Amino acid sequence: MADAALARVHDREAAAAFRRHYLSRLAIYGLLSIFAIIYLVPLLVVVFNSFRDQAEIAQNGLIAFPRSFAFHAWADAWSSYCIGGTCEGMKRNFMNSLWMAIPATILSTLLGALNGYVLSKWRFKGSEVLFTLMLLGVFMPGQIALMPWAFILGKLGLTNSTYGLILVHVIQGISFTTLFCRNYYVSIPDDLIKAARIDGAGLWRIFRRIILPLSPPILIVTVIWQFTGIWNEYLFGVVFTSGREQPITAALVALTASGTNVRNYDVMSAAVLIGALPPLLVYFFGGKYFVRGLTQGAIK
Amino acid sequence: MSSLTIRNLRKSFGSVEVLKGINIEARTGEFIALVGPSGCGKSTLLAMIAGLESVTSGEIRIGDRLVNSVAPKDRDIAMVFQSYALYPTMTVRENITFGMESRGVPKPQRDEAVKRVAALLQIEPLLARKPGQLSGGQRQRVAMGRALVRDPKLFLFDEPLSNLDAKLRVDMRTEIKKLHHRVGKTTVYVTHDQVEAMTLASRIAVMHQGEVQQFDEPQTVYDRPANMFVAGFMGSPAMNFIPATLTTDAEGRPAVSLKVGDGAVLALAEGAVPGTTGRDVILGVRPEHIFRYSPELKASKKSLATVEAPVEMVEPTGAETIGLMRFGDLEVTGRFDPDEAPRMGETITLGIDMSHACLFDPTTRKLL
Repeated sequence: MADAALARVHDREAAAAFRRHYLSRLAIYGLLSIFAIIYLVPLLVVVFNSFRDQAEIAQNGLIAFPRSFAFHAWADAWSSYCIGGTCEGMKRNFMNSLWMAIPATILSTLLGALNGYVLSKWRFKGSEVLFTLMLLGVFMPGQIALMPWAFILGKLGLTNSTYGLILVHVIQGISFTTLFCRNYYVSIPDDLIKAARIDGAGLWRIFRRIILPLSPPILIVTVIWQFTGIWNEYLFGVVFTSGREQPITAALVALTASGTNVRNYDVMSAAVLIGALPPLLVYFFGGKYFVRGLTQGAIK
Repeated sequence: MSSLTIRNLRKSFGSVEVLKGINIEARTGEFIALVGPSGCGKSTLLAMIAGLESVTSGEIRIGDRLVNSVAPKDRDIAMVFQSYALYPTMTVRENITFGMESRGVPKPQRDEAVKRVAALLQIEPLLARKPGQLSGGQRQRVAMGRALVRDPKLFLFDEPLSNLDAKLRVDMRTEIKKLHHRVGKTTVYVTHDQVEAMTLASRIAVMHQGEVQQFDEPQTVYDRPANMFVAGFMGSPAMNFIPATLTTDAEGRPAVSLKVGDGAVLALAEGAVPGTTGRDVILGVRPEHIFRYSPELKASKKSLATVEAPVEMVEPTGAETIGLMRFGDLEVTGRFDPDEAPRMGETITLGIDMSHACLFDPTTRKLL
């Protein structure tokens, strides 16, 4: 008897708890969906417009469902649209950005890994001070460095060149990559290094055979961070390069500013999407490692 | 011939002196245990022997060579770490051969060495696995394999068993001992576990506050501890310390009169009289030298002293029963055979085997 009564009360409470749980889930998912839609609408508009005909955009307005479907805006934006007098589309600027972002990402990541390794595993007198100084770079806005960079690039003869931008991005990125890698390597037990030293391995062999094989989680984070950052960077690109040497971010601005009074929203939409594609792809393929790598140190 | 000589070795971190003049010498093939509570400097000493910590002053010689500033890899040593420190991305085979690979040993020779060590430690089936796929005991074996494969002059062990569960620890302890017998290499073994030190070592260095308190064979360290720290550290339950005064008993034999409880007078064993009547001493008695008094016991022990005390607490462990007796404001621990164990609340007549008792100076705390 008593058992049955207990069970009933228990069941009623369980049902209430279940209802509460269900309602709160509904509220959470509803709210999240609304925010997701707000966030995604601009992207949707741009994607739609890149496939709509310019005539249709002019007729139905910027925000509307596509009535027509055409690829020519993408082809124009890629290879034939005229920006500031030259009619080569975004192709060259896109390649500029690739040739800038890929080497700069690889170099700054490698340097960051090396710095992080030395600063965490081969500490020397003053290494903590050095690390703190390098951290300042994380908080320093890029525009502070504009004038010095202009001076240095001028001296080196690297103005208006992709190599100049690679140099700028490698140096500007080292603070971040060092921070990431150093904090990750700190969690690798020092005993491993000691054991390897007794085993006869030196600084480089330990880095290559022990540290690097343990590094993929943090290297993926660093590569994604650096690649998206460098690709999307605009200020240095627009200041230190011009015309055909510009990276795609700078060229996109030139595109909107180019002289004709007709605004070709279809081509602009396609051009923007072309410019946004590589970081999107990188995040798409590496995103789950990104989150995993960022949280790894925190959980362990 | 000695294969490790440490002379007047000092180490300071900033203004903190962690090692204050260490002198230890290990003969070839010897098993030396460095034992002491945490923070006593034993791990620092081991790291200095390995070359992982710099020497502030003093000498470390391996064989005849002064190695104070020789790099770890050139000292001809191998080390087993408490955390095992296996390289997580390498297989067991690669872990074992990494040292040879770094030294440029050709592959056929490496394979031969792995085969030998894997057979010795019975880890052949594990060679292709990664450390993450091994149990604690298996990792321990691989870590030892990595040290053994080198065939060095000196083995260093840094608390290698403290990450294992109790039963496995005892098994591995036996195995290390067997292994040492087979390989016969000079070994320095750091531990905070006095049982490990007692069972494994040919000589024990008991360390405390950066100094070697006593460096001697295990039984000597146990029976004749150099001071009260060593006496209290070695042995569990710990030795009982009872303040007393030198005197003579009713028959005129030298004795101690306890300063606690009812001031019982215990006759000392022959030839153990460090001073004149009236001198303050501390009587050290190990729990296993305290018995329930009986006439048979009296007949079997040459110098037995008796004292009465109330029993406060009894802790049976199966093989023996630990009894806590009250001596005034002191508690005295005894280890009894379960058959004659005291009962709680009983007032027991204890027989103390004085031939094993130690006397300490109350101020210097040294053995008299």
